[in-house]
Amino acid sequence: MHPILGTVLQRILLGIVTLFFVSLIIFSAIEFLPGDFTQAVLGQAATEETVAAFRRELGLDQPAPVRYVEWVQAVLSGDLGTSFSGRNASGIDRSRSVVDLIEPRLWNTLFLAFMAAIVAVPLALFLGITAALYRNSIYDRVVNASTLTTISFPEFFVAYLLILFMSQLWFDFPAIANINSDTPFWERVYKCILPALTMTLVIVAHMMRMTRAAIINLLASPYIEMARLKGISKSQVILRHALPNAWAPIATVIAFNLAYLVVGVVVVEVVFVYPGIGQLMVNSVTTRDIPVVQACALIFAATYIVLNLIADIIGIVTNPRLLHPR
Amino acid sequence: MSESNTYSATAEVGQLRERRSKWATIKLELSKAPISAWFGLIVIGCYLFVALFSPLLAPHGEAEIFKTPFAPWDSTHLLGTDQIGRDVFSRLIYGATNTIGIALATTLLSFLIGGGLGLAAAISGGWLDQLLSRFVDVLMAIPSLIFALMLLTIFGSSIFSLICIIAVLDSTRVFRLTRSVAVNVTVMDYVEAAKLRGEKLGWIMRREILPNIMPPLIAEFGLRFSFVFLTIAALSFLGLGIQPPTADWGSMVRDNASMIQFAKYDITAAMTPMIPAAAIALLTVAVNFVVDWFLHKTSGLNDEH
Repeated sequence: MHPILGTVLQRILLGIVTLFFVSLIIFSAIEFLPGDFTQAVLGQAATEETVAAFRRELGLDQPAPVRYVEWVQAVLSGDLGTSFSGRNASGIDRSRSVVDLIEPRLWNTLFLAFMAAIVAVPLALFLGITAALYRNSIYDRVVNASTLTTISFPEFFVAYLLILFMSQLWFDFPAIANINSDTPFWERVYKCILPALTMTLVIVAHMMRMTRAAIINLLASPYIEMARLKGISKSQVILRHALPNAWAPIATVIAFNLAYLVVGVVVVEVVFVYPGIGQLMVNSVTTRDIPVVQACALIFAATYIVLNLIADIIGIVTNPRLLHPR
Repeated sequence: MSESNTYSATAEVGQLRERRSKWATIKLELSKAPISAWFGLIVIGCYLFVALFSPLLAPHGEAEIFKTPFAPWDSTHLLGTDQIGRDVFSRLIYGATNTIGIALATTLLSFLIGGGLGLAAAISGGWLDQLLSRFVDVLMAIPSLIFALMLLTIFGSSIFSLICIIAVLDSTRVFRLTRSVAVNVTVMDYVEAAKLRGEKLGWIMRREILPNIMPPLIAEFGLRFSFVFLTIAALSFLGLGIQPPTADWGSMVRDNASMIQFAKYDITAAMTPMIPAAAIALLTVAVNFVVDWFLHKTSGLNDEH
């Protein structure tokens, strides 16, 4: 077998193992709930029978390993359980399945993340690489100082600054991104401008700094210096010597920031009242609706793991040196 | 002319050999520091002063409620009052103590956990290193804000659980950094010599390795602090962090956010939620400026490249 293929398979296996442990942690969240949480969900007036029936429905009368296997089987077949909200003491069950709650919101979140990424990724790479090449120039300093400033801003500060100027004082962009499944595409885009812009600003800052650091690190390595000392042209140094080794760090930077984007949506969605999965998760944490929180955490974690996995694989495939760790 | 004026080679050499005191070195470095670092240091100093003496500086009580909610700016209420009539300026000052104090406690705890385990893993190696590293890999595979949200669902949001949860989640990053820098030092001959001398693990950690990995750890402390500070602010903003009536900048933004819509009529009203958010941003900017300068100073990555 080709050694690269072996390493890639090994990395995929590692990803699956990680996913297994993460699912174990997320699953065990329900174990740590205080014992009387059924009463909190069903209300004080719940009778013994209703509580018992609810516990049976959750499978709490069975040992944890059995429930874990059942839970994983259900998740794999697309069943994430039912929400705790909508239940009451009389035993009438108006709760909705978690999949129904999550699915439309997941698409909304992906739409927003995609909108931000499509602008942010090329912009950040361009800024980062040029800043690294013209290190310590005025351009580098200005880009560096401004990204260092935006990186330090909490997301909600950026969001409210944008709302203040772009939607209240100067322009009239919508400050609330209240879309639903019937909203036509361009109206959707229009309403998402401010949330997408917020995330773009935050991401570009992170990504540009990471790209710049990665490229500078690369340009400082001895073999680049050797290439320079040989007297070959600057573009040759960059294209022939630096670039082949730069794919891995750049892929890592992109994956890391896309993963960050998926998480960063939480705050942004709350600010702009955007019906996405982040807002759903925050609401569910407030009402302590564990099945929904678990499902959201699982989705976020899986996205994060898969993105990092892809970055690692790109790094392995483009950089043969990674085949021989020390 | 007395004897003291005569030339003495030993005296001159002796003078040159005299080492600068630590304080003199710091003063010298500071005089060469760029303006951004000075700005950062001054801002951090002001924040610490306000945080330490908040009860003396604040004109009103932390949770004291006045008659008019949403009062405009005037001489009694410098920045007006909030949605239930608490003085915004006083809450801003008390917020410094709470927000900075909690973030600092969390960062210290996370360095205690992550740093200690990281050093232990680097020195002892073997199965302990493997076990801890793999465990940290798994924990880091879940985004920390999401993990924090899940844990807060379980344990509820009290200040104590907030500090513990974020410290544990953040210690994974401290662990990684400490381990990776310490691994390079543990293979040095002097560490080997200390081991052969029969020194205990604690001694090797404290006397041989820690002094050699201090600069990256100090820089990391600054970065971790601003990260923790932002995470706590974000959680409080989401209504899941520091709970009322404790004054805190994140929840102050949340509570008064709706006032932004009056920006066209009264810009001061729109400032009520913006000021605490700006306070958070200013402190993190300041910390980042100082860390940036410090990293530049210590990393050896100087201007030659």
